[in-house]
Amino acid sequence: MILEKSEIPLIGAAVAIALASLVVPSWLVFTTTLAISTALVVMGVVMLMRAGLVSFGQGLFYCLGGYAVGLGGRYLGITDALLLVGLGVVVTVGLAMVLGLLVTRYREIFFAMLSLAFSMILYGVLVKSHNLGSTDGFGVVDWTILGFTPGSGESSTRIALLLALVLALGFALFLNRYFKSSLGLACEAIRENEVRVEYMGVSRKQVLYINYVIAAAVGSVGGSMTALAAGHVDPTMAYWTISGEFVFIAILGGTGHIAAPFLAAIIFTLVRTYAVELAPNAWQMILGIVLLLIILFLPKGIWSLFTRKKGVAS
Amino acid sequence: MLTVWAILIDGFIYASWLFLVAAGLTVIYGVMRILNMAHGSLYALGAYASASALGWYYAGGGDQLLVAFAIIAASAVLIGALTGLIIERGLLRLMYGRDEVLMLIVTFAVLLILQDAVKLIWGTTPYSAYQPYVAMGRINIDVLTVSGYDLMVLGVSIVIGFGLWFWLERTKVGKILRSIIHDREVSEAMGVNVRRMFTITFMIGATLGAIAGGITAPIISVVPGLGIEVIVMAFAVVVTGGLGSITGAAVGAIIVGLARAASIHTMPELELFIIYAVMAGVLIFRPHGLFGQVIARKI
Repeated sequence: MILEKSEIPLIGAAVAIALASLVVPSWLVFTTTLAISTALVVMGVVMLMRAGLVSFGQGLFYCLGGYAVGLGGRYLGITDALLLVGLGVVVTVGLAMVLGLLVTRYREIFFAMLSLAFSMILYGVLVKSHNLGSTDGFGVVDWTILGFTPGSGESSTRIALLLALVLALGFALFLNRYFKSSLGLACEAIRENEVRVEYMGVSRKQVLYINYVIAAAVGSVGGSMTALAAGHVDPTMAYWTISGEFVFIAILGGTGHIAAPFLAAIIFTLVRTYAVELAPNAWQMILGIVLLLIILFLPKGIWSLFTRKKGVAS
Repeated sequence: MLTVWAILIDGFIYASWLFLVAAGLTVIYGVMRILNMAHGSLYALGAYASASALGWYYAGGGDQLLVAFAIIAASAVLIGALTGLIIERGLLRLMYGRDEVLMLIVTFAVLLILQDAVKLIWGTTPYSAYQPYVAMGRINIDVLTVSGYDLMVLGVSIVIGFGLWFWLERTKVGKILRSIIHDREVSEAMGVNVRRMFTITFMIGATLGAIAGGITAPIISVVPGLGIEVIVMAFAVVVTGGLGSITGAAVGAIIVGLARAASIHTMPELELFIIYAVMAGVLIFRPHGLFGQVIARKI
């Protein structure tokens, strides 16, 4: 496989974060892992946005990925992190292939509300499952990776980050090519005018379906990584406000570049870490105001700040 | 048989509450094509305003039930209309003509802002204003007892439902609104001040949300985050019935209300699940809800 020019900075950034993780304090490593996991889910939201669909229920797949890790360790005795992540993907893709048949028939607010409803159904089921800890959730078992046991504490935090980085880089490289593929481009065409896409002999249903299933799989990996890093899962992962946060991050970053969700997720997670301490009762207000400002003044997200400069220079 | 009666009574009481919560949402969507996520916050604002006004009234030694109802109505209408005016004039006005989905995200931002605004104004300690609920007493129907206050909610809901119907179908403003729903541009050409109508509609929708909150305040403990839970329920109701239709909201509320009551009395563990399952089930067969209109796609 020959690397494209646009892929070198992505790999460079991943290597830089991996190297930096060796020296920075472990709380920052942990925060970065959460940010990268979140960015994975947000990539799924961005994929749907490129096709003109806004999902207020991506938390469904995020939660499914997380619970697959938790349940796989608890009831199936799987401890290998890669197997657990894979289990999440298999379960999620299975569900998404069924739900996709239904939800890809809907657009705009109907898509948004229907996806929200499905994630709330999962939330409702999990809250009522008392042997899974109800609203408290439960702890994830100590995991291993390829036969190696990271133990608990600091070393496992750092290894979780490396794993998240590798997975995120893999998906970023894949999606970077996917966006430029005929399938990825067809999604954008559907957003602009789906009837004309049909006239060109492309099945919009098929395109949206495949796009939906891939977005779900990415979301599941994000959820699994969050579960592995945090060591705990609970039903709020499927609550609709969490999905709202994913939409927020997607809009913050914009759909212009594959790295945008990562940048936005890191900013979001870092700001939240401080804001929750400094102004616990004004954090959501800050989120809301920033969201409005971005919609009004930076409709293509913060990534457009970088591309705009280039445009002026040329 | 007893269970059936219990399901019917509980179901209709719950349905009347759902209709109160959902009515404002569907009015705003019907006229303005905005699905207002901030509706839950208006509900919370109404609940907080009424609860603190009632607390002040009862602490001052008042005990008149009618005065208490007047206080609920006045504080809810005041805060609902005012917040509605601020949101519409200050923010939504800048965004008209954009995507419906973008408006959904804009109102989500308003929801986030208002939710913390509530916390900053009223703090995080719960408020309760149970006095009117207790004062209404309980009524025995055969062996079942029903709270008088719950029956009053049922009455208020029916009155508001008919009021809305009368307003939209039998008054001049209603006719103008229906012309906007039908074709906004032509109504504008006919001399309708669409912007003013939008302001009025949004204020009324917001007030309905606040009234729902105000009426609910004596039944519940008013705590932060209560708007977030309500909004999803209201969405489920209006989407089931068909967005933008008053009849749809009423039918949706009855279906969801009865389904929830049936689940509580027979399979309590499915309570939360059933509301969304009903919504998903209806949408599978009627993609635009029971009374929704199908909009032709652009070419």
